[in-house]
Amino acid sequence: MGKRTIVPFGPQHPALPEPVHLDLELEDETVVRAIPSIGYVHRGLEKLAEKRDYNDMIYVMERVCGICSFGHGWGYAGAVEGLMGVRIPDRAECLRVMFHELSRVHSHLLWLGLLADGLGFDSLFMHCWRIREKVLDVFEAITGGRVIMSFCKVGGVRKDLTPEMLKMVKDTCDMIEDEMRKTALVFMKDSSVRNRLCGTGVLTKEDVIDLCAVGPVARGSGVNNDVRTTSEMYRSLGFEPILYDEGDCWSRCMVRVDEIMQSLDIIRNAIANLPEGDVSVPVKGNAPVGDFMFRVEQPRGEAFYYVQGNGTKNLSRARVRTPTNINIPAMTKMLQGCNLQDVSMLVITIDPCISCTER
Amino acid sequence: MHYDASSCNGCDIEVLACLTPVYDVERFGVINTGDPKQADIFLVTGAVNDQNKEVVKQLYDQMPEPKVVVAVGICACSGGIFKDCYNILGGVDQVIPVDVYVPGCAARPEAIIDGVVKGLDVLEQKRLRLQQEKEGSK
Repeated sequence: MGKRTIVPFGPQHPALPEPVHLDLELEDETVVRAIPSIGYVHRGLEKLAEKRDYNDMIYVMERVCGICSFGHGWGYAGAVEGLMGVRIPDRAECLRVMFHELSRVHSHLLWLGLLADGLGFDSLFMHCWRIREKVLDVFEAITGGRVIMSFCKVGGVRKDLTPEMLKMVKDTCDMIEDEMRKTALVFMKDSSVRNRLCGTGVLTKEDVIDLCAVGPVARGSGVNNDVRTTSEMYRSLGFEPILYDEGDCWSRCMVRVDEIMQSLDIIRNAIANLPEGDVSVPVKGNAPVGDFMFRVEQPRGEAFYYVQGNGTKNLSRARVRTPTNINIPAMTKMLQGCNLQDVSMLVITIDPCISCTER
Repeated sequence: MHYDASSCNGCDIEVLACLTPVYDVERFGVINTGDPKQADIFLVTGAVNDQNKEVVKQLYDQMPEPKVVVAVGICACSGGIFKDCYNILGGVDQVIPVDVYVPGCAARPEAIIDGVVKGLDVLEQKRLRLQQEKEGSK
């Protein structure tokens, strides 16, 4: 048995755009234990719910995370609508699904790029991000923002889409699908990618259930806990959960590749079957005393929103439980027994979003 | 070099987007390094809090002179939407001197590149000043 050494990883690390710190306990080059420490991005924005009224709070909630910003807006708006007993128009719901799936496409492309970067495959990183820019162009043309869009509001969405906009979204989907068919082949077939991904960081189905992992991490091990399965709107648009059974890095990667393809289909179905009508209903008055919970399937997994009203314009509590937070135990489990050089890649495979985790 | 203080990811991703084919700053000779000792310009996104202020300070101290700090995004400039949060001390200038402020939520890649170019001018001035001081002391 070799001597144990502790190697610090992060908070500033070339492989991570975001700060998280890990103490890696090594025996020779094998990781025995990984101890995460967080708190570098903690802002305390849930507390702002006491200072902002529930309609304005959505701008803060959107900024929980800049990648899945639309989903956070939706989750919060859904929870407040539930609390107030408001039912939003079908067209608004359908547009939300469309935008959420577009966010998923860009988030997964971003992740595939980061994974390629983690593998040292720089040109693949560039290609993934080049494709991703097309989604951001659509966001910018429709809402004016590339990242933070403020498209969702309590009671529906901010504006309706014109037929030209819908056509642009559809054309972009077709274009991305073309590009993705070529890029996905690299992830599926390329030997240097497969050598790094296949068989590393295996999580068994039992591990996933024990550690309550969510999102593509769980689905890569054959556990279906996709919240979209419970949504009628998603089922009517042809959603089926995507499952892989191997539980290694490669299957987590393939879950995301396939989800991009499926999301593109869902968006096209949503455009074809977009219901007529208004896109928002006014929500006014004080929030009643009571609470409400709402779940959204974010690109990283299930996110859970809780709001508590106290009879005034302000909420007494707004709470988010984010997917990365839940996946950290699964990550430390994966890191046990891996080689030091795989650490950055394994951390990336859970798609860590630290600003979601710490809020 | 780039460090995320407590940003929401929006600006960080836009900083990374500057490196990718659509904006591609590498053609101007700009690269993102993970090593403070090789960096000239320090891009900071997000406001500072109690946990990360030491990290920001340490990274700044490790950079060799002359150096320039660019605060990217409204949070790094003043705290922005999170200004009222209990764990936010304010903009990055509370901890280290900032040379260029890039506003926006999230800051657009064009704005970030412009900020870096402005930072290059500041860097050149600082370099000349250092050189003059060196010659003056001889």
